[in-house]
Amino acid sequence: MTSAQKPALTLTDLVGRHGQLQAIKGLSLTVEPNEVLAVIGANGAGKTTLMRMIAGLHPVAEGGILLHGAPVTTMPAHERVKAGIALSPEGRRLFGDMTVAENLMIAAENGRKGDWTLSTVCDAFPQLTPLLGRLAGGLSGGQRQAVAIGRALISNPSVILLDEVSLGLSPAAVEGLYESLAGLKGQVTLIVVEQDLTRAMGFASRLICIAEGVLELDGTPATLSRQQITDAYFGIHKAEEPSHA
Amino acid sequence: MMPAMTVEPILRAKGVNKSFGALKVLFDVDFHVMPGEAVGVVGPNGAGKTTLFGALAGSFPVSSGAIQLGGRDLSGTSAAERCRLGLARTHQVPKPFLGMTVFENVHVAARAGAGMDQTRATAEAADILRRTGLMPLANRPAAALGLLDRKRLEVARALATQPNVILLDEIGGGLTEAELVALVDLIRSLQADGLTVVWIEHILHALLRVVTRLVCMAEGRVLAQGDPRDVMAHPEVQRAYLGSSPE
Repeated sequence: MTSAQKPALTLTDLVGRHGQLQAIKGLSLTVEPNEVLAVIGANGAGKTTLMRMIAGLHPVAEGGILLHGAPVTTMPAHERVKAGIALSPEGRRLFGDMTVAENLMIAAENGRKGDWTLSTVCDAFPQLTPLLGRLAGGLSGGQRQAVAIGRALISNPSVILLDEVSLGLSPAAVEGLYESLAGLKGQVTLIVVEQDLTRAMGFASRLICIAEGVLELDGTPATLSRQQITDAYFGIHKAEEPSHA
Repeated sequence: MMPAMTVEPILRAKGVNKSFGALKVLFDVDFHVMPGEAVGVVGPNGAGKTTLFGALAGSFPVSSGAIQLGGRDLSGTSAAERCRLGLARTHQVPKPFLGMTVFENVHVAARAGAGMDQTRATAEAADILRRTGLMPLANRPAAALGLLDRKRLEVARALATQPNVILLDEIGGGLTEAELVALVDLIRSLQADGLTVVWIEHILHALLRVVTRLVCMAEGRVLAQGDPRDVMAHPEVQRAYLGSSPE
């Protein structure tokens, strides 16, 4: 079996903690190459912690992560970028006093070589072209998000993690970003944390719901009903179950 | 004919607005809690839930509107005065005095929060440690406690101030299922003893094991309040959490 046929990501019994608090509680998940996976879940469900664990920015307390079958569990974040994982983090986290081009080139220099270059990234995200000479700190939220996604893409990842793509952005900015993201389908594995359920169901080929650090629901937008998703999201049904202490 | 008995809310917010500089966080919040009731407060991040608690507890003055405790207007009263009047709160991140023992932490709350003398505070602290299951840990430094016990201590310190109303701010986060059940049992027992409970919580199934009424906030406003299942099924509430409705 070649690495391309192996799952893009295999998470096995992952546990992630913040001090005494357990944010990810034994989560297992397999993501196939070029799959488009939407991750939804309420505040505090563990979505961002999970993204950061996959990217190598948050330590894995227990369990393991395979990238195309190869273990990366203890690999530092910068090596994971070279191995093909890129994160567009919540809050974008750009270098504000550097230009857009500099933000992109830093990622290009520290990532993998491949088809994604400054020119092809600007083709995919045309909104970046007029911004290349601007300081990232002076951009709007939507522009910053486009830079953050471009910065992930230019490292030529096989897996892109996009945390809270539309948070705090105008509907028009969100629409523009998703139009560009749709062009990436089939070229890369996309994992998107998205609060807007309708948007997530329209964009992704698969949807998971995380609640309290546990995988509550896993399916395709075609097979999952909105009711199933809201039940998993809010977890109200669990209040009726006897205490399982 | 007997005259009808009217029970007044024990806690009430009337038209409360709050701005921090140019940022408006609460918009005309109306909210009340009846004596002995358990009410849950939910809403996405940034909804204004913790700001509402801060306004109720007197952590800062409101920009306009009124807060009443037992019918008394609390305008101009400090957080410490509200605590003495019977309104206690816990915080999202427990901050006990780490170098003190569990007992000392509760004792300080009884002395400073409820104004008890040394002897009474000692008896009260012992009673509260028993009620909250912390007695076996009484002489441990607070720094040595696990997360559940830190949360219990947060509740114990609030109880030591002799409240009529307790405001619990996201006390369930990060616990295991078994720990969550233990915490829910504790809060239920407090309510059974007559304490009025107002609880902000993201973990709905824990919340719904305790509260009979839910208030949902989003972007500084109360979107819906009433029966918990009706509130969570409300279209505005679903939109606040899960974005646009399907077309």
